[in-house]
Amino acid sequence: MSGWALIRIWTVVVYLFMFLPVAVVVLLSFNASQFGAFPMTGLSLRWFGELWANEAILRAFRVSFLLGALTAAISTTLGVLAALALVRYDFRGKNLVSTVLIAPILVPEVVLAVALLLFLRFLQMPKSFALLLLGHVIFTLPFVVLVVQARLVGIRRDVEEAALSLGASPRQTFFAVTLPLLAPAIFAGMLFAFTISFDDITGTLFWKPGGVETVPTQIFAMLRNSISPEINALGTVMIVLTVGLPLLGAAIARRLGARTR
Amino acid sequence: MIQPAVQLRDIVKRFGSFVAVHPTSLEIPEGAFVTLLGPSGCGKTTTLRMIAGLLDPSEGEIAIKGRRVNEVPIHKRNLGLVFQNYALFPHRTVAENVAFGLRYRGVAREDIRRRVAEALALVQLPDLGHRYPRELSGGQQQRVALARAIVIEPDVLLLDEPLSALDANLREDMRVELKRIQHRLGITTVFVTHDQGEALAMSDRIVVMSAGRVEQAGPPEEVYNTPATEFVARFLGASNILGARVAAAGDGEVVLDADHFGRITLPPERARGVGPGARAKLVIRAEKLGLSPPGAPPGDGISIDGRIETVDYQGQVARYFVRVGDTQLQAINMIDEHPFSEGDAVAIRLRPRDCAALAGDAT
Ligand SMILES: Nc1ncnc2c1ncn2[C@@H]1O[C@H](COP(=O)(O)OP(=O)(O)OP(=O)(O)O)[C@@H](O)[C@H]1O
Ligand SMILES: [Mg+2]
Repeated sequence: MSGWALIRIWTVVVYLFMFLPVAVVVLLSFNASQFGAFPMTGLSLRWFGELWANEAILRAFRVSFLLGALTAAISTTLGVLAALALVRYDFRGKNLVSTVLIAPILVPEVVLAVALLLFLRFLQMPKSFALLLLGHVIFTLPFVVLVVQARLVGIRRDVEEAALSLGASPRQTFFAVTLPLLAPAIFAGMLFAFTISFDDITGTLFWKPGGVETVPTQIFAMLRNSISPEINALGTVMIVLTVGLPLLGAAIARRLGARTR
Repeated sequence: MIQPAVQLRDIVKRFGSFVAVHPTSLEIPEGAFVTLLGPSGCGKTTTLRMIAGLLDPSEGEIAIKGRRVNEVPIHKRNLGLVFQNYALFPHRTVAENVAFGLRYRGVAREDIRRRVAEALALVQLPDLGHRYPRELSGGQQQRVALARAIVIEPDVLLLDEPLSALDANLREDMRVELKRIQHRLGITTVFVTHDQGEALAMSDRIVVMSAGRVEQAGPPEEVYNTPATEFVARFLGASNILGARVAAAGDGEVVLDADHFGRITLPPERARGVGPGARAKLVIRAEKLGLSPPGAPPGDGISIDGRIETVDYQGQVARYFVRVGDTQLQAINMIDEHPFSEGDAVAIRLRPRDCAALAGDAT
């Protein structure tokens, strides 16, 4: 057997190891019986129905959506402004600001989570939804900044200068030229922020106030009590959302991008 | 006196401690086509961007139509700007690109449509309004960029190497086209290039720059025939520069004893700043040296002997490098009459009135 064949087999094994459990969860979510075991006794949407009837889970979904949407809105706004400042302007301490903005992806999330919590303690502020939101903004911001920055570098300055020379004020130029050309990146950044926030558990566990659950923390809580097939169904829904959204986003961004290249 | 369209008064541009433009004063007459010509890095773009308002001069004053504009931001200067890379708005159609400036001037909708159509017709792209820039060739994109800049009827049209991204044939066409449009509209134009051919063909006035300074400014013939400095002589076309001694000056003529060619008499306007008894530099354009077979009748000029060392064919003309004593001269001649080859002995002819002299010693 050649080396390449070995590498191929090894790759397949690694991927199986990673994705088989996910596939099992998705499969079992359609299982008719109460106890997750193979062979499956029949197909059913029963567990999805139960999800729909579970008030706690619906509440968690609402919290996650609200949190994700607010995180996306705030991160994108701040991220676009930060990227503009970093790419288009020269100011003192630019490298420092850039590093600080990107740092949250480099620091382990647990460390970031504890640090923010300790800081809040120090300020003697109670945990709140606002804190949770703040935390999510902090660690989604780097993604938005990086994506928007990359696109902004590709927008030639002379296109903006042309708009200025034609009589558009700097603000009009931003809205008529820069923003439309940035749109695909802004959209992508927004989706990143939403899915990362929607997915997050580590930071959320530290920051969430009592009584508030997001979908991931809800799953975590349910797992501690029992292994209900509902969790499989919930897992399937999560997978569809967190994989499907970025794919959809990428498709839309590609269409937007094709027009503006 | 008529007011110049653009006036630069002692403008200076520094980047940190580096001086990109040394004190420069320049007047651009209304309706003129003025070219800033010079090698890469000499400060052409910097000067143009200061006129445009994209850069603030470190010192000095800029006036457009007699009004000081140092404090006026670019979008209120009413200028047309064309860039080397077209800089069209990629997310807008050709018609929308051209209409852009009119929108911000509050022009009525039907007037916009009419003026856009007129501008596109002027640049000979009447049917492409609905296309996106990426669907156009480079030459077409540059025409759109030109249409977009002139449709707003700017006080001054500023062009920064607008032709240099185009291939050679297209560049020739666009050169003619641009000149035609400029002439037709009578629009004051500042054109930046490092291509001397472009500058000579298109300009009413050429401003030759080097290392942030103006070396010479004047009509093309003047700059070409009577260069003010050795830099100008070498930068515009191929020139031979020979050492000479000034035998006499005054009485409406300057007499030089030049290396190899001997006694040459020039009218004073071709030998500015050359005083008696001093050394001078004799500037001879390569195409003013005529080569002929040895022994041919000398005609009305000076004839000396030389030997061809190298031939560089350039289509209709050839550039010959000819050895005369310790000097190598360049001669550019048509090749239909006397195609010479390496090693041929030739007679080199020169009419003194085709030369110019500069003060200082040749190096
Ligand atoms: N923003 C800047 N910071 C520092 N130096 C600069 C800046 N812009 C230009 N320069 C310098 O100023 C000098 C003149 O530049 P400029 O762009 O005007 O040259 P140019 O004549 O247009 O050359 P080219 O034909 O290559 O376009 C160059 O030496 C350049 O390095
Ligand atoms: Mg330049």
